[in-house]
Amino acid sequence: MFTEEQIERYSRHIILKEVGGKGQKKLLDGKVMVIGAGGLGAPIALYLAAAGVGTIGIADADVVDLSNLQRQVIHFTPDVGKPKVESAREKMEAINPDVKVRTYREWISAANIARIIADYDFAIDGTDNFAAKFLINDACVMAGKPYSHGGILQFVGQTLTVLPGQSTCYRCIFPSPPPKDAIPTCSQAGVIGVLPGVIGTIQATEAIKFLLGKGELLANRLLMYDALEMNFRKVRINRNQKCPVCGENPTVTELVDELDALNVCDLEK
Amino acid sequence: MNLTVNGKPSTVDGKESVNVTELLVELKVPQAEYVTVELNGEVLEREAFDATVVREGDAVEFLYFMGGGNSTFPKGAK
Repeated sequence: MFTEEQIERYSRHIILKEVGGKGQKKLLDGKVMVIGAGGLGAPIALYLAAAGVGTIGIADADVVDLSNLQRQVIHFTPDVGKPKVESAREKMEAINPDVKVRTYREWISAANIARIIADYDFAIDGTDNFAAKFLINDACVMAGKPYSHGGILQFVGQTLTVLPGQSTCYRCIFPSPPPKDAIPTCSQAGVIGVLPGVIGTIQATEAIKFLLGKGELLANRLLMYDALEMNFRKVRINRNQKCPVCGENPTVTELVDELDALNVCDLEK
Repeated sequence: MNLTVNGKPSTVDGKESVNVTELLVELKVPQAEYVTVELNGEVLEREAFDATVVREGDAVEFLYFMGGGNSTFPKGAK
């Protein structure tokens, strides 16, 4: 089933008893959708490709900007001006020709999100704005699609894995988006470049564990990371019966664009 | 009153109990209008902040919105 080259490429996985040949086959058969090819999406896409996740989708409508390169390690200086999904695809295919990369050069919206995530086993939120974060949560909950939430700001980050119908979702913690401009964005407040590397790598780890069916996922626990204190904390958060999307009497029953929450790590210069 | 706030010991001087709205002021919690408050493992509804009393020994978590990553949504709503 494996070529000799694959046995060599994945040898450090295959010798792990939690992975083995069977697990590596699961990764090669796995499909993961990465939404956002920025700070979080960069390490996520690179590590998933290196790991041999067979099909990786990547969505982003933006082009590479010079100010991205301080943290978005999948994009290089000659890529400035290039569509991010194309820049990302080139690096992923160069790392691992086993991987099929599907690019979506579009902004996610209520109109396209269900289609974008439909074909994948697991989705990853690498977006920077609350409209997208709530939309991804709602779409994944409604479709029963497991996904990883990630967020970063300045020196702190958070991540949570959501198993719809079984574990705490983003709206269980945050029932509705903050108003536009209420929360500072990365372009206003800054972000230390290594931070998305830490959070994104954890999100990629969750996707790999999910595909392998090994370990304990970061469900019902919000992991918070503080780079200045070099502190990781997990806070237990139970499902919220009054959650607007996965609670007993949901009020969010269709996908909507939360336009009032359009507040982003706006990378416009 | 001694509390555990985001995993660390914390003291509210001269009071044996406060409601959650008062606690947000006492502790000068940033983004108080939007922060999610979890008391002893339960996420509180914002409408319940005034009526929910925090007492000696309680564990409180303040959970903040974090964006980050990269834009995947149109800038400037249509």
